[in-house]
Amino acid sequence: MTDYILGHINYWIIIILMMVGLYTMMSKPNLIKKMAGLSVFQTGVILLYISFGKVTGGTAPIVAEGFDTYSNPLPQVLMLTAIVVGVATTALGFALIVRIQEAYGSIEEDELEKMDDET
Amino acid sequence: MIHEQLSVLLVVIPLLAAPITAMFNKLSWSWLITLLVCASCCFFSAWLLMDVANGEIIHYELGGWAPPWGIEYRIDALNALVALIVCIIALCTTIYSRKSVEQEILPYQHGMFYAAFQLCFLGLLGITLTGDIFNVFVFLEISSLASYALIAMGKNRKALTSSFHYLVLGTLGATFFLIGVGLAYAATGTLNMDDLAAKLPLVENIQMVHTAFALIIVGLALKAAIYPLHLWLPNAYSYAPTVISIFLSATATKVAIYVLIRCLFNVFSLEYVLTTWLPQIMTVLGAVAILYGSVRAIGQTGMKKMLAYSSVAQIGYMIMGIGFLSQQGLTASIVHLFNHALMKGALFMAAGLYIYRVNTATFENLKGMGREMPYTFFAMLIAALSLIGVPGTVGFVSKWQLINAALEQQQWGMVVIILLGSLLAIVYVWKLVEVLYFQSAEKIRVQGVESGSERIGSSPLGMTSAMWILALACIYFGFNTELTLGTAGTAVDLLFSAGGTK
Repeated sequence: MTDYILGHINYWIIIILMMVGLYTMMSKPNLIKKMAGLSVFQTGVILLYISFGKVTGGTAPIVAEGFDTYSNPLPQVLMLTAIVVGVATTALGFALIVRIQEAYGSIEEDELEKMDDET
Repeated sequence: MIHEQLSVLLVVIPLLAAPITAMFNKLSWSWLITLLVCASCCFFSAWLLMDVANGEIIHYELGGWAPPWGIEYRIDALNALVALIVCIIALCTTIYSRKSVEQEILPYQHGMFYAAFQLCFLGLLGITLTGDIFNVFVFLEISSLASYALIAMGKNRKALTSSFHYLVLGTLGATFFLIGVGLAYAATGTLNMDDLAAKLPLVENIQMVHTAFALIIVGLALKAAIYPLHLWLPNAYSYAPTVISIFLSATATKVAIYVLIRCLFNVFSLEYVLTTWLPQIMTVLGAVAILYGSVRAIGQTGMKKMLAYSSVAQIGYMIMGIGFLSQQGLTASIVHLFNHALMKGALFMAAGLYIYRVNTATFENLKGMGREMPYTFFAMLIAALSLIGVPGTVGFVSKWQLINAALEQQQWGMVVIILLGSLLAIVYVWKLVEVLYFQSAEKIRVQGVESGSERIGSSPLGMTSAMWILALACIYFGFNTELTLGTAGTAVDLLFSAGGTK
């Protein structure tokens, strides 16, 4: 049992990260906190891919003497793309939050909804 | 040889043109470039469709890397049809957009607006053409990020909150899709759709594959706004700038539904889908979406929001058709995908014209505007009748197919719901007609238009002609079903034959 938990330690961490992110997104009315939750959630996915590609004892996939086990480079490359997408999403989200603050004077979702209902 | 290049040109042209457009801040230049881009893409995609309409499949290897390792563009009748409809709508929207953008978008944003529009367009095309499932994710995010920015350009400050809402939900959906793709990759070691289809049956009993399947479907359902995951759609579409409402309502969800079809039939096989509960769930959700969307549409007080809720209902028809998992049901879905793009495009264009003239699309301010603007009203009426499914319009063709598909499986309840959906559509279309045509025009409240402005008196030619192209297409494809039904038939044959591989 302990072996099972310790052997999959990174997957446990990934699940915890994703759940923390999802929970933050759903429970917090503050838009910045929502974005933070989204980022944590995405980070969980990045870790998930990297964990798939890791081969125990493997090195970076560069042909060199004395090494014959390599980690799978493809998930890492894919995650470079996903990181770029994540950065773009976060930047766009923050830009929107700035404009929401300018237009409404608040970034708390419950207050925004109240203001929207009034008009 | 040249045919293969065509497929990649569709993505490359807007990709190269977008940054150039961003540099021109003058409306006429950025508009002209976008028009040229959309027209050439339209031409190329029509050419592609002609090549693959007989069931042929075009493979294009990006960078010359062989498929299982490199990224491949794989074009068959299905994605050529979807690419064509995206291009046609983009072209019509661009023709329409000039005056509307001039009015609704701040002058310093014109170049950026058209650049983002092209990025969104290229993202949608990329999703349709690619044969690599990770590539789908990348293009999905390109188009989504562009559309968040575009929606936020709406005049009303609610556009900002709805865009943020869409951003959070859209990213969540895309990330679910990404996890699903990752798990499928871990199980098979490949990202190419054909290769996945060949390798998934070997491992389909392990739990990871079931999880991957569930995550991919939920992620796409969020993007396609399938009830109950539609919450972002009504606000995002009604507060976006009109041009963007037209473009996104006619294309974005359709492309997500296309990916859903592709994943169900080409990546996971029909046999696999049949072992799950998904077909039943989809049929029921489709039915609920039809009723819910139509009822909510009746209760709306603004034209754009009514149309947005009607979109939720129309997506329900497509999902129901997929849920039948029969050849006819799927044909109905694909044809409806094409037809709905035409009619919703025309309807949002009509709403945009009212907005152009009186700066508002709420019903209390639109009373009697139909008599004031008879041509716009008439085009809107054609598209609205099509939404109901009156014979002689495109809506009838796809609904007839769908009802036949339901009868074929003896799902009487679904037949009743489809007919009920049409009845509800009559109610909200009637509400629209009554407000626009029969109510007295004594009080038109024009907001924010200077007195003596030309805008009140006449509709710009570009806007009306684009709307009429789509409205007439609604009738033309109602009679001539060779292109839509024929191509959809070929596409469905390909999807069903030999599990869809090769």
